[in-house]
Amino acid sequence: MQSILAVDDSPSMRKMVSFTLTGAGYHVVEAVDGQDALEKAESHNIDLVLADQNMPRLDGIGLTRKLRENPKFKTIPILILTTESSDQMKQAGRTAGATGWLVKPFDPNRLIEVIQKVIR
Amino acid sequence: MAETYQEGSGAGADFDLSQFYQIFFEEAGENLDQMEQMLLDLDLSSANDEELNGIFRCAHSIKGGSATFGFSDVAELTHQMESLLDRLRRHELQPIPQMVDVLLESADASRSLLARHQAGGQGEAVSTTSLVRRISELAAGLVPGDAPAVAPPPPPAAPAPTPAPQAAAPAPAPKVVTPAVAGQARTLEIQIGPLDRLEQADAIKELFRDIPGLGAIRDIESPQANTRSFAVETTSTNDDLLDLFAFHVAKEQVLIRDAAAPASGAAADEDEETVLAAGAAGGEAYGFFSEAPGAPRADAPHAAQAPTQAVKVAAAPKASEPKVAMQAQMESTTIRVDVKKVDQLINLVGELVITQAMLAQNSRGLDAGAYQQLLAGLADLDRNTRDLQESVMSIRMIPMSIVFSRFPRMLRDLANKLGKKVELVTLGEATELDKGLVEKITDPLTHLVRNSCDHGIEMPADRLAKGKSEHGTITLSASHQGGSIVIEVRDDGRGLSREKILSKAQERGIEVSEQMSDAEVWQLIFAPGFSTADEVTDVSGRGVGMDVVKRNIAALNGSVEIDSAEGYGMKVSVRLPLTLAIMDGMSVGVSDEVYILPLSSVVESFQVNADDVSTVAQGSQLVKVRDEYMPVIALEKIFQVPRFDPNKSSNIMVVVEADGSRVALLVDELLGQHQVVVKNLESNYRKVPNVSGATILGDGTVALILDTGGLVRRARH
Repeated sequence: MQSILAVDDSPSMRKMVSFTLTGAGYHVVEAVDGQDALEKAESHNIDLVLADQNMPRLDGIGLTRKLRENPKFKTIPILILTTESSDQMKQAGRTAGATGWLVKPFDPNRLIEVIQKVIR
Repeated sequence: MAETYQEGSGAGADFDLSQFYQIFFEEAGENLDQMEQMLLDLDLSSANDEELNGIFRCAHSIKGGSATFGFSDVAELTHQMESLLDRLRRHELQPIPQMVDVLLESADASRSLLARHQAGGQGEAVSTTSLVRRISELAAGLVPGDAPAVAPPPPPAAPAPTPAPQAAAPAPAPKVVTPAVAGQARTLEIQIGPLDRLEQADAIKELFRDIPGLGAIRDIESPQANTRSFAVETTSTNDDLLDLFAFHVAKEQVLIRDAAAPASGAAADEDEETVLAAGAAGGEAYGFFSEAPGAPRADAPHAAQAPTQAVKVAAAPKASEPKVAMQAQMESTTIRVDVKKVDQLINLVGELVITQAMLAQNSRGLDAGAYQQLLAGLADLDRNTRDLQESVMSIRMIPMSIVFSRFPRMLRDLANKLGKKVELVTLGEATELDKGLVEKITDPLTHLVRNSCDHGIEMPADRLAKGKSEHGTITLSASHQGGSIVIEVRDDGRGLSREKILSKAQERGIEVSEQMSDAEVWQLIFAPGFSTADEVTDVSGRGVGMDVVKRNIAALNGSVEIDSAEGYGMKVSVRLPLTLAIMDGMSVGVSDEVYILPLSSVVESFQVNADDVSTVAQGSQLVKVRDEYMPVIALEKIFQVPRFDPNKSSNIMVVVEADGSRVALLVDELLGQHQVVVKNLESNYRKVPNVSGATILGDGTVALILDTGGLVRRARH
């Protein structure tokens, strides 16, 4: 079973994402912010990271940058959840090494669709 | 502000999002509380990035959640708040008091909107139109009044940021042909689209109807099938219009054109480009970067939309990387549990404690030598049960800060209304209290704090005249004292006036004398309908108050004490038991029955001397205890206890105090003191006069817990 690290500081969003992905047959590891995600990523076998952009301590872009510094996470897909899809955000995500982005709010089915595009 | 959200877009076909509503409501409530607290703590002259980012993130989280779960009204309002906060944290605007005011009001409105959703749409509808307008005005740099709100433009030397993506006013998307100047009437052509449903644009028309002074709007023919066009006459700037429209349609979907201006080639090109970009943005719910690690190949063309020119990004995301780690850490170390589960656990542990007590009692007669191991095991059980009980009870304990946190806001509003200057000091916020008590203590405390602000603290001028500082201080403190928690509300205001209270009491026909001690005089203000306020304000002073406070606290087995010095202030101390579920009780026997008295209300007990008891009218009896007469209540008569041994009679009196009065209860014997697990009689059986609950004793029999307050009242009548 493939593992997805779901990172969001909002418990309800985390719950929703986790429920959706678990239902789609993925194993979900939850993290409350970027810093927490870094620790969880180390201790679990993660196949994909789904990170909210705006979080305390370490945001989605920062997390992406940190993960890419580690050879272990050089190639895994990292998707950023964001409420904006501005060019600036995209540029920041791209430079940090993110795989793609998903605009909030999203339909649970859309989430699965996007995830299935990058891991199978 | 390149965000879009459509109503219900979060609701998936196969997914029932309602299962996450509760957790979202709780989370949003916490975010709103936190935001309010941070707004109140905000020092406008030196607001730091961390604080502003923290407030921003609260609004941002609520917006994200409410949009996801389909609460579009909350999403709209918080979206506006977020836009204003975003400009603040980017230092594009200077924070001013009006902003704090409108944000606080918006937080309240969000709370009401959420409460309404939580109640399934029941309750009063909340209109946010004017709030939304005020926020967008402030975000646009317009200030009601004359204070300059717009921050000076950043010095050109600063690393030039790319256009702020979320900023309200300088949104990059819409192209404006004519310079939009406020105050000048203009005729505009506004095109909205592309839209999934053309009715979406009706909301735009409603804006013009709802907001006085915005101008006039009428439909005109639209060049494209999936767009709507309007002719608008207005004095508002394009930015303001865009901000307003943004509640209903994405900014990218709005095209504003000056109707008078000839469509020059350049302008037309620009317009076209905008519409194209908007179309793309509308459908672009996700994307992948080309050649990014893990990106699917098939999507490569999609990613071509990402700009190819190299832009330094180092500066942008840094702003949202504050060091506030506390909340996140707290979150990862706590879990949410339904209160019902905790109560069930407490109940079970209560049963366990009773079983354990039964075992302990039954084992007492056993031979210590023969049953050594069994007895050692029972001793362990005893200790473990006690520890378990303590731990389980502590689950229900929550810190007083939950109660205290509502007062800064309340006092701020109240002091503003009354024209007073008040500072609030809180002490002992970490003191823990049973959740059930916290809920019930909030109203009485609110009343006391209000009283202090309204009646206690003087007007600034009066304070200065008396040589006091202009600012009054109200101190809220909580502390553990023995098995109780003591909450104090103290102010340095005018204090209680002995003369005033005495004369007021006389007017109301309450018996008073000059010999009464101060403490006795202060107790008079607990009489129903008593108020010493010179004039009734709409805040307090209608005389419904202190008696209700006292009654509520007495219902929690608590007591209220007042201390006051005229001219220097007063202090109200509320003493409460730590929990409602376990109580220290004194068991007394009457014939074969056992009754429990709350230990907190027991004053003393003694053998009755027949000479001290005198019978007065209608057979009621009084007993003289150290020169004080108090009514005697024979429990035997009240509960009609059958007596099989006619030679035996009650000859021990236990003096109990409640509501400031004492009565002597006549009982056969004193059995001992112990902790009892309180079982609610009302929910298990029905309300019984003079009984507040029941408990199960060590031997398995049921004993009633007496309602001392009820007994005292009974003796009065």
